[in-house]
Amino acid sequence: MRIVIKDRTAIAGIGQTAFGKGLPDSELSLACQAISLALDDAGIAPAEVDGLVAFSMEDGREVEVARNLGLGGVTFFGTIGYGGGAGCGTVGHAALAVATGQCEVAVAWRARKRADKGSRPWAQSSRRLDTPWQWSRPFGLLRPVDEIAMLTRRYMHEYGATRDHLANVALAFRKHANRNPAATMHAKPLTREQYMAARWISEPLCLFDNCLETDGALAVVITSAERARDCPHPPVYVHAYAQGIPPQHQTMTSFFCDDPLRGPSYTCAARLWANSDIQPADIPVAQIYDAFSPLIPLSLEGYGFCARGEGAAFTEGGALEWPDGRLPTNTAGGGMSEAYVHGFNLILEGVRQMRGTSTSQVAGAGSCLVTSGEGVPTSALVLRR
Amino acid sequence: MTASDLILPGLQDPDALPFWEGTGRGELLVQTCADCGRRRMPPRPMCFACRSLGARWVASSGRGTVWSFVVVHPPLLPAYAAQAPYNVIVVALAEDPAIRFVGNLVASADGRLDEIDAATIRIGEPVRVVFSRVEDVALPRWVRA
Repeated sequence: MRIVIKDRTAIAGIGQTAFGKGLPDSELSLACQAISLALDDAGIAPAEVDGLVAFSMEDGREVEVARNLGLGGVTFFGTIGYGGGAGCGTVGHAALAVATGQCEVAVAWRARKRADKGSRPWAQSSRRLDTPWQWSRPFGLLRPVDEIAMLTRRYMHEYGATRDHLANVALAFRKHANRNPAATMHAKPLTREQYMAARWISEPLCLFDNCLETDGALAVVITSAERARDCPHPPVYVHAYAQGIPPQHQTMTSFFCDDPLRGPSYTCAARLWANSDIQPADIPVAQIYDAFSPLIPLSLEGYGFCARGEGAAFTEGGALEWPDGRLPTNTAGGGMSEAYVHGFNLILEGVRQMRGTSTSQVAGAGSCLVTSGEGVPTSALVLRR
Repeated sequence: MTASDLILPGLQDPDALPFWEGTGRGELLVQTCADCGRRRMPPRPMCFACRSLGARWVASSGRGTVWSFVVVHPPLLPAYAAQAPYNVIVVALAEDPAIRFVGNLVASADGRLDEIDAATIRIGEPVRVVFSRVEDVALPRWVRA
């Protein structure tokens, strides 16, 4: 029997801490606070939670979360790897577990303290590497931005994308953050002139092509569609979910495969749309993983909003901007201007769009695409009202 | 260049060791399936085309073209910050453009990473390998061909 999870589960609760730099609380404490808020939002008691899905990079693992929150017996738990690629996958695994009877109420979350400079993973690289990083880091390709900049230069060369296209992305998300009081960049407008004058980080990418570095935590509560209809907020259905590792992929340094610009989103999208009644042309609003601005055109292509090579041009004419763009994207500000918590904040903004409570609400939006990291093994969700 | 504090291969990965032994002898070797002849980079135990566990290490031409490049600016680890802004390139091997290497475009094997004016680097320009010894490793870097 083929089991399809379509609309059988829903996100019933969301919770998040404040975003900041140098927050005093531990990652575990932040995780527990966000989960606690999400359970209150869902009107569900901790004792009813019997499923947990985390990032493998998470400091506060399942047992710590369970004994802090006073969970009852947990019958489904697991983690997903590859950093920013994991977010939608955690929700997807939770939905699978609920839909197949492995648990009744599942929680997925991400807590992270990334704002301290010393906490940046690249700054902690071993001097001697026997991992795949031995093929790139010795030459000074040290940071995620350097790895994505390498793909970006090639993308610009092949398809005529320009810095103006990347600026379209940065400025759209900043405008949305300026409307979102919870966003790190709420009070900081960004102009095209400021973008063009910004310091380089890894040419062709400048400061404003990069996501923020944030301390914070977010969580969602997933339960059956039937149960969710009895919760205080309207259910946000998990309509479709998929993950993706493309052929010959190497995390973040996928320069070695036949077609490096055909990234994980292509693999993920094929399964996602095959399992979805809602197709790209039907999607009125999107939350697309934006650790770096060029991931937006690459993802627009991978998820089928335009043809290959047309992602940069897609951003022209305010296409990503609320309220009139053809695809308002990252309507809370995204990783570049709201907060960078490994993309988990994109999931919560997708839920708010379906509840009608976004600070840049797309009128009448009935569905939302949410994606996780491009450039790493990834995942995506189609949410619907 | 003998500057230490650069990140270096650990020479403990059995799949990678023949590559680094090759660079130490001044050869750019490519792992090649002993059964079907398919090249693969980075090295790994199994041929993804035919699942053979047999591999040969074949000397390449050491020639290629620039597939892409970046110019890296701080913040960086200290040994790299001292040479920034510097270029990092990806080279596509002449005889098999799907075989690529990350490296640096330099003026000479032991030159600094910032010797080449980055504004002059072009995708598609021809390069040839040179070997830069750092501690017990020879890193493949590239000069204009």
